[in-house]
Amino acid sequence: MAAALLPLLLLLATGPGSGRADAGQERRDALREELLLTPLPTGDVAATFQFRTRWDADLQRGAVSHYRLFPKALGRLVAALGVRELHLALTQGFWRTRYWGQPPLQAPAGAELWVWFQPTVTDVDKAWKELSNILSGIFCASLNFIDSTNTVIPTASFKPLGLANGTDHHLLRYAVLPREVVCTENLTPWKKLLPCGSKAGLAVLLKAERLFHSSYHSQAVHIRPICRDASCLAMSWELRQTLTVVFDFFSSGQGKKDWSLFKMFSRTLTDTCPLASQSKVYVDISPKNKEKELLEVSPPPTSVHEAIVQGDKKTYAVYDLLSPSLFNTSRSLNVQLKWKRPQDSSEMPIPTLHAQRYVGGYGLQTGEICTLIYNTHPYRAFPVILLETVPWYLRLYVHTLTIITKGKENKPSYIHYQPAQDRRRPHLLEMLIQLPANSVTKITIQFERALLKWTEYPPDPNHGFYVGSSVLSALVPSVTAMKDMDVEQSPLFTSLFPSSDGSSYFVRLYTEPLLVNLPTPDFSMPYNVICLTCTVVAVCYGSFYNLLTRTFHVEEPSRGGLAKRLANVIRKFRGVPPL
Amino acid sequence: DQAEQFFRSGHTNNWAVLVCTSRFWFNYRHVANTLSVYRSVKRLGIPDSHIVLMLADDMACNPRNPKPATVFSHKNMELNVYGDDVEVDYRSYEVTVENFLRVLTGRIPPSTPRSKRLLSDDRSNILIYMTGHGGNGFLKFQDSEEITNVELADAFEQMWQKRRYNELLFIIDTCQGASMYERFYSPNIMALASSQVGEDSLSHQPDLGIGVHLMDRYTFYVLEFLEEIHPASQTNMNDLVCPKSLCVSTPGHRTDLFQRDPQNVLITDFFGSVRKVEITTEALSLDRDVAGCESKFLEEELATEPLKYAEQLPVAQIIHQKPKQKDWHPPGGFILGLWALIIMVFFKTYGIKHMKHVF
Repeated sequence: MAAALLPLLLLLATGPGSGRADAGQERRDALREELLLTPLPTGDVAATFQFRTRWDADLQRGAVSHYRLFPKALGRLVAALGVRELHLALTQGFWRTRYWGQPPLQAPAGAELWVWFQPTVTDVDKAWKELSNILSGIFCASLNFIDSTNTVIPTASFKPLGLANGTDHHLLRYAVLPREVVCTENLTPWKKLLPCGSKAGLAVLLKAERLFHSSYHSQAVHIRPICRDASCLAMSWELRQTLTVVFDFFSSGQGKKDWSLFKMFSRTLTDTCPLASQSKVYVDISPKNKEKELLEVSPPPTSVHEAIVQGDKKTYAVYDLLSPSLFNTSRSLNVQLKWKRPQDSSEMPIPTLHAQRYVGGYGLQTGEICTLIYNTHPYRAFPVILLETVPWYLRLYVHTLTIITKGKENKPSYIHYQPAQDRRRPHLLEMLIQLPANSVTKITIQFERALLKWTEYPPDPNHGFYVGSSVLSALVPSVTAMKDMDVEQSPLFTSLFPSSDGSSYFVRLYTEPLLVNLPTPDFSMPYNVICLTCTVVAVCYGSFYNLLTRTFHVEEPSRGGLAKRLANVIRKFRGVPPL
Repeated sequence: DQAEQFFRSGHTNNWAVLVCTSRFWFNYRHVANTLSVYRSVKRLGIPDSHIVLMLADDMACNPRNPKPATVFSHKNMELNVYGDDVEVDYRSYEVTVENFLRVLTGRIPPSTPRSKRLLSDDRSNILIYMTGHGGNGFLKFQDSEEITNVELADAFEQMWQKRRYNELLFIIDTCQGASMYERFYSPNIMALASSQVGEDSLSHQPDLGIGVHLMDRYTFYVLEFLEEIHPASQTNMNDLVCPKSLCVSTPGHRTDLFQRDPQNVLITDFFGSVRKVEITTEALSLDRDVAGCESKFLEEELATEPLKYAEQLPVAQIIHQKPKQKDWHPPGGFILGLWALIIMVFFKTYGIKHMKHVF
């Protein structure tokens, strides 16, 4: 008995700090989590969760056998398939840049997957196919539908976001599945990848019933190699899981502009994840138009942080969940945002770069894809790369491509066009366009709709066929110059895109996906044809056959029943003719 | 007697294949049917890794759903069978007859992930539940194809030949469901259907807030029955009989291929995952030197010069990637000379009189 108690006492005495497998190895991985609440100009509120696990190990050398915070499923995937960078996003809804401002991280509607492979990978297509199948099993999404008909190799967009010493674009693959639905079955495995699951820390707020009752829901996984420290002589692996959700002013907010964590997520924060080294909640309280603060937050924040995010100076109220003073007064933290005075709707700031896309034309034979890109900066021009992937069944006519800015034609400095091959490859159009200051650029291209084979139609063909969002990558001039900040100290939401100089910041926008109707056959026709053909054959051929082969012969009338026969016998005796 | 029952069934693991074959919003009840069986089966112990869930359409996050991320089975939104912890293996367009048969027979492409495979062995009890629209001898998949009872029977025979199951319980909730099990010929299969040939299975109750029927009657009864079951229940298959007043149609069953008496088959043999525990009183001695596995630290090579991030929009590099298209120039001297030579040779061979045709 005493012998059994002794190890128990030892365990209790050393406490939670003794969770190490081998005494000599120091902790080489760290978890940081943060939540950013941004009230949007239209009264909605955007919440962005970021969970970052940084691991100082070399997955490529295969020396890893002990996974602690970094999930084993993703670690094994990166090691086995030679992945250098992986970005997967599952999104429901659309981010309205025009009304909500620049997004921290936007993703197109549906599923988007882009991957950079290591130079050591010999067959990139095979690795890509295996990767999409494995990810479809991990995330319960139909990523196994990614094949050569929706994969493209961009040449200028999607440069690596992590450390890279060469960018041969043949190692890059990009695919979008716009028809993909995102629901709780995608959120469940995403939550299971977090070290604390959804049991402690910021992830307790992630309840599906509230997250999907929103205008925009996007969850993403980003894996990339980053600098281990400022000298950048060694690399670490970073896994970043982000979730952005926009709660609608009318449906979730019940028409009132005051928000709180309980109103958004129907629960509050109670404790921190013991595995996290940093756990913070940021609330954007930047004053608009240089006036005094309009937004009041309660309870009072632990600190106020100023940062230059997306080229503009912003002020954030910070709640540090690891500071002991936060949970002193109450066991739970419910951040509340109240407006001091009603917001004037004419004050809505317009973002510097925004775009929209739509289908023009009529009928089921031809159409036109129009993209409008707006540059609202008063005096600066900047270049933007537009990447369009169009499925093969919309046959683009590149000679009808026109780019018009301010009434004049705008010739792009770089065009890469790869035509589609029926049932094998989609169209790829990449252009580098210079946007003059304060202008609208209209890009139009005409297409013709193809008739598919009748077995190629999905079970609901009258819904239409989706064309994935176009991607706009631009270096937008900043309002305020950014200084180089230490990546480890700055908030997570400022540090995904590496910035080379502070005068402009990199932004990636997506346009709307398009829904086009293809000419759909009547699927009951095979049945109708069989019925009609059988009827025609029966009537015509049958009659003809009868005419040829029918012979007529006289038939004795039947003798009649018993009574008639008896009557005939009697008549015979009488000598009268029979009946 | 209890010990006898304990050793009777002979299975060591449980699997479930739950299929909903209907698409479109008005077939909400089929998805709710499948999810209620999924919920019961998970509650009674079968883990997600042993459940293959196939839903042909997404009802929870459908734009027509007034309460997103929920699927209700009882009206007035009492019970959310979708829950917060659900993993759907085959969704939307992936639910096809081909994929279903591949899952059953195990003939799956090598790149299929584990969660999409039925990795059963000869000691597995498998529960197969199908729901959707059906007819006499067939079941419709997603409004575009169908599976016949002959195909299904052959698939089960393949499973038997490959020893992929110990015992199989097949439940079907469609119109004329009994026709689907008429053709089975493999041993150890028990089948339940919601209606006989010539009868329709009816739906249970609509919810006016959602606007569609929420469940089918037979599966509603099965759900209510299973809510009473817990992993230690001793209820057997003979208790699972839907009364006519609730089901309206006549449920059918087929037990002639099954070797045990249904009286002795526990509900948890198929719906739960009851593990057999062997208690031993012997002591086992473990090797003390477990902690001696050496943790190798591979010396990491530090780079000689600092690594750097790639530039996101290298405009100059992009422009010079492709050679600029030169403008059209008139053909140069060499080309002109070459053409002149060709024309001269032509007229020399065919004679000068052809020149007049040119002018």
